[in-house]
Amino acid sequence: MTSTAGVPPVSTHDTTAVKPRGRKLTGYWLILPGAIWLGLFFVIPFYSLVSASLYDPAGSVLTGYEMTWHVANFADAIGQYKVQIGRSLLYAGSATALCLVIGYVLAYAIAFKSGRWKNLMLVLVIAPFFTSFLLRTLSWKLILADDGWVVDTAQALHLTNVLNLIGLTSTDDRLLATPFAVIAGLTYNFLPFMVLPLYASLEKVDIRLIEASSDLYASPIRGFFKVTFPLSLPGVVAGTLLTFIPAAGDYINAELLGDTNTRMVGNVIQNLFTAQGDYAAAGALSVTLMVIIVGAVLVYVRTAGTEELV
Amino acid sequence: MAAVRRRTMLKGVGGMAALGVSALALTRFDTPDREQDPEKCFAEDVSDTQKRLVISNWVEYIDEDDGDYVSTLTQFERDTGIDVRYTADVNDNNEFFAKVSNQLGSCSSSKRDLFALTDWMAARMIQVGWIQKLDAANVPNLHANIIDSLKAPAWDPKREYSAPWQSGLTGIAYNKAKVGEIKSFEELLTRKDLKGRISMLTEMQDTMGLMLMVAGVSPDDFTDDEWQNAIDRLRKARDDGQVRSFTGNSYVQDLAAGNIVACEAWSGDIANSGDENLVWIPPEEGIMIWADNMLVPNLATHQANAERWIDYYYQPEVAAKLAAYNSYICPVKGAQEAMEEVDPEQVENDLIFPSSETLAKTRRFMALDEAKMRDYQKDFADVTSS
Repeated sequence: MTSTAGVPPVSTHDTTAVKPRGRKLTGYWLILPGAIWLGLFFVIPFYSLVSASLYDPAGSVLTGYEMTWHVANFADAIGQYKVQIGRSLLYAGSATALCLVIGYVLAYAIAFKSGRWKNLMLVLVIAPFFTSFLLRTLSWKLILADDGWVVDTAQALHLTNVLNLIGLTSTDDRLLATPFAVIAGLTYNFLPFMVLPLYASLEKVDIRLIEASSDLYASPIRGFFKVTFPLSLPGVVAGTLLTFIPAAGDYINAELLGDTNTRMVGNVIQNLFTAQGDYAAAGALSVTLMVIIVGAVLVYVRTAGTEELV
Repeated sequence: MAAVRRRTMLKGVGGMAALGVSALALTRFDTPDREQDPEKCFAEDVSDTQKRLVISNWVEYIDEDDGDYVSTLTQFERDTGIDVRYTADVNDNNEFFAKVSNQLGSCSSSKRDLFALTDWMAARMIQVGWIQKLDAANVPNLHANIIDSLKAPAWDPKREYSAPWQSGLTGIAYNKAKVGEIKSFEELLTRKDLKGRISMLTEMQDTMGLMLMVAGVSPDDFTDDEWQNAIDRLRKARDDGQVRSFTGNSYVQDLAAGNIVACEAWSGDIANSGDENLVWIPPEEGIMIWADNMLVPNLATHQANAERWIDYYYQPEVAAKLAAYNSYICPVKGAQEAMEEVDPEQVENDLIFPSSETLAKTRRFMALDEAKMRDYQKDFADVTSS
């Protein structure tokens, strides 16, 4: 009897009191799935990797590894594989530069000149993703084969001689299994990651600003460098990061399109982990690569002065 | 002021705590000892109720149905009613080891009932207790018919744990439409017209065995100095751009496509390729010989079915049929006689039934303990993968 009388006021009291607190908690509840995801798939693996980089190298897969704060792993790994680290940064940097030049032209054309073809062109940029990354890279192996028409044509036009001169291919006039093929493969595979952020930035550029620059007697070139390019900088930064970071750690392109003298740090890590079971060296090398990339990105983003990325 | 100091202090304490927790966390990721005891780590055999068998084997290592031709696998399924799930997912011993080591090393199931690995890797897995003993009563054909040279390897002298699937030779293959005759392994390393157009295998025992023989050293008995010289020679060939790549099974495609014109190769692959321009030859210096062994891993749930499979393939007629397709050395006695029926042209095939002259030129790689094996693998991988 008392309860039936007491219920309505209690329930109204509850709803008014809970509402703001519930709203406060909603934010945390929304973070939860992401936090769990990050915890499981980033934080724990990250600790595991750092731990591996400090394993006692005397262990083995069969007898087990023990974490003994063996910091010398880093000096050993860097000393032994500095060539591959340098090569990775060089190849990834070259591919990123090429992607930027090619991607900028493409994104500019799509954003300003494509008219009613805009959507079709965007689909075409993404279209390669409909086929597997591995298959596309293998196809390049067929296209650039030593006896294929591409190599024959390049030889007839003396292009291979030019590439030889700048050290991108070897002296026996082939394209496959040379640094040229690896950089070309990286450029090809990561181009969409450059084009899409560039397009997103360029598309937002107010066309009246460009018109204003020409009203103020800027030549089209001057107008581009004073107005269009600075406005597209967030896209440039995002695009170069999205290209450079995965390219520096890539190993498929070097594996399929390169030879024994074009191995990148990804190939070394893969081999250390699987073939040799040397977790200590593989871990140290992975952490080193990560530190180099994070450092480079921090410097780059600071210099470019864009906190917001897209 | 007090508030600021308090905040700084809180930050400091928080930072220290985070560091401490991190340091503790880092010690939690040690990897355990991987040794197991097959007598304790096994599963109940459900072969009788569940007619299934899960097999992993090397790429292109078994005959396939083709028109009227009934493959040995299909015949086995028809005879026994066992559903065979056969996957060609072994491409490299080390790679496969890495694939199953976490499961088998912690006594959890690899989800396979049978797989085939090369001698040295089979030896290693048996040694760390990842492999189940076969029931000799279930594989009478194995013990009756296995050829003498494979009967008693040092690592499994009574064939209690393993049964060879095929045996084979490692030598040289070349494309005769693209390059003149090649006779020795040394030519691969020195000939100018082969520069950048040869490949070698990622199997250390095969490649280094041949490299040792080039230096006139026998791979079944060598010193550390001799090993080091052979490694240096290989590194020089790589640095000079003579060797284009180190590969697993994939060299056949590169050879057929003309990207490489000669390579270190396994005997059966070339005959299998069906390309008449590709030839396999035994190098003048000597030939490496090996066998791939069927093994039943711990926690396999269909061991009896696996034993039926092994016993089935040790019948001479079945073995002959498989060998006629594979062109690898047949490990089964009586298969040469059975081959008269299966494919008379193959009876004299030296790749399947090697003559005593050929066998006299073959060498096996020295048995290595785990520590030595790691050192050598590391030396070799430094050349092949960096």
